Amino acid sequence: MAEITQSEMRHTGFLGLLQRFGLSGRALVMAVPYAWLLLFFLIPFLIVLKIALAESQMAIPPFTALVEMTEELKYQITVTFYNFHSMVTDDLYIIAYLNSVKIAFISTLCCLVLGYPVAYAIAKADPKWRAPLLMLIILPFWTSFLIRVYAWIGILSNNGVLNNVLMWLGIIDQPLQILYTPTATYIGITYSYLPFMILPLYSTLERLDNTLLEAAADLGCPPWKAFLTITLPLSVPGMIAGALLVFIPAMGEFVIPELLGGPDTLMIGRTLWTEFFNNRDWPLASAVAVALLLFLVVPIMLFQNVQGKQGGHP
Amino acid sequence: MPKSWFLRAGLLTGLLFLYIPIALLIVLSFNDNRSVSVWSEFSFRWYGELLRDDQLLSAAWLSIRVAFISASFAVVLGTMAGMMLARFGMFKGRAFFSGMVSAPLVMPEVIMGLAMLLLFVSMEQMFGWPEGRGMLTIILAHITFTMSFVTVVVQSRLVSMDASLEEAAMDLGARPAKVFFVITLPLIAPAIVSGWLLAFTLSLDDLVITSFVSGPGSTTLPQIVFSSVRLGLSPKVNALATIVVAIVAIGIIAAGIYNAQQEKQRRRDEQMAQQGS
Repeated sequence: MAEITQSEMRHTGFLGLLQRFGLSGRALVMAVPYAWLLLFFLIPFLIVLKIALAESQMAIPPFTALVEMTEELKYQITVTFYNFHSMVTDDLYIIAYLNSVKIAFISTLCCLVLGYPVAYAIAKADPKWRAPLLMLIILPFWTSFLIRVYAWIGILSNNGVLNNVLMWLGIIDQPLQILYTPTATYIGITYSYLPFMILPLYSTLERLDNTLLEAAADLGCPPWKAFLTITLPLSVPGMIAGALLVFIPAMGEFVIPELLGGPDTLMIGRTLWTEFFNNRDWPLASAVAVALLLFLVVPIMLFQNVQGKQGGHP
Repeated sequence: MPKSWFLRAGLLTGLLFLYIPIALLIVLSFNDNRSVSVWSEFSFRWYGELLRDDQLLSAAWLSIRVAFISASFAVVLGTMAGMMLARFGMFKGRAFFSGMVSAPLVMPEVIMGLAMLLLFVSMEQMFGWPEGRGMLTIILAHITFTMSFVTVVVQSRLVSMDASLEEAAMDLGARPAKVFFVITLPLIAPAIVSGWLLAFTLSLDDLVITSFVSGPGSTTLPQIVFSSVRLGLSPKVNALATIVVAIVAIGIIAAGIYNAQQEKQRRRDEQMAQQGS
């Protein structure tokens, strides 16, 4: 392990000067990203929490200050749970939450069902085919997310490609209403997040020990049974990693329900957007964000656990 | 190709599902008719309209500048963070740091965007900086969420890479900074390039975070696209999509050829080395 310890040597010049103040190059390398993330990632969340506890007001910025100097020159802290209270009592938010969980969950399942055979097929393919096939899976990710979601408007609309093909085939007489329904949202999320399911699944399946399957075959186990009792259980870590990569961002998805879902597809990300941009209620939007974050803390921690294992430290 | 027909069918279904929508956009971009169901004639009409749309072009230019600057900063920060996680062993607060780095990978964008905006508003109230929202705030936000992706790419490259060359250089008395610039950096250069490209693409494509932190004078390309497709179909977007896909395809093919050549060169060098010894 190349543990770069505080160098024994005394440097001259600029480095030496830094060292004299107890600052090694290593400390500098560590300080910059650490400070950046503290300032631009951690502190913003504390501010969200703070503003979620403030009251909305007609001003710029549109919320009350938590800490105010009173006339007796004492600090007065005004905290209100009004925003959280209105979230719990208003059906709109509860419905949006439950809907988000449902939509994210079903889309994750769709990704798993569609993505597993693909990942498995690539892992079983001839090694020289694997890299190009993986490239094909990753390629759509490099094109614009927004444009890929937009493509589905042309496919799913009443006068769209899908309805025209189905009517031409004589399967249906009248166009199906798919666009602007929750179904379109499921399709959009599954489509956009499918590569995130396939990649971790592939990397688990590819590393799978083939000798186990050979042993099972030698002992007379049929391939489907070997798959169910060996491959499937061993690929659970990949499934979990993929499911988290789909489920967590899908919970807060805004663009897909907005473009494909129609006005009835309530999702929490959309509610937050509306509170913020249309109603200009920043404290309520912050409260929605805090509630969403609380819900996602467990999945995010789980994800970091998986991520940490993959990244591995020496 | 896998042998079982079931796997082949599964693979084919997955690939068709991924590519049919994109293929459709490309075909429709050459359709003179507005509708997706009526093919009138082949034309470059929408490309012409795209190039005459000044609002869209200036937004694209802003997006490209933002993406270039953000990706360049994100690569520096992400490489530092990747080094910390892969090479610095157990330092104080490592778990906390690794948590902060990886959270933006999955964090819903609405939360990130809102949090960033509230930070900028609070900072402006307290210090008077950054003044208002615009290109600067978009860049700061984009650096923050793209550096995580760079970190993952660089870190995984460092972890899979043998540290013995670095150790050897250090045993021979090279200073840590020299080891990094002479040994480590050239070895992880491919990861840094792909990290930069990833950050650039993510920044160029971001809508949600940008919408929160952008000001009235700074509208990026995704914002323009979003406001036009929100109202339904917009054939100009088809033309734009085709251009994006063409650029990406050319880039990927070029990268593939470059990698193949590097691989060949490496094999040739290895053979030469073996023959020489």
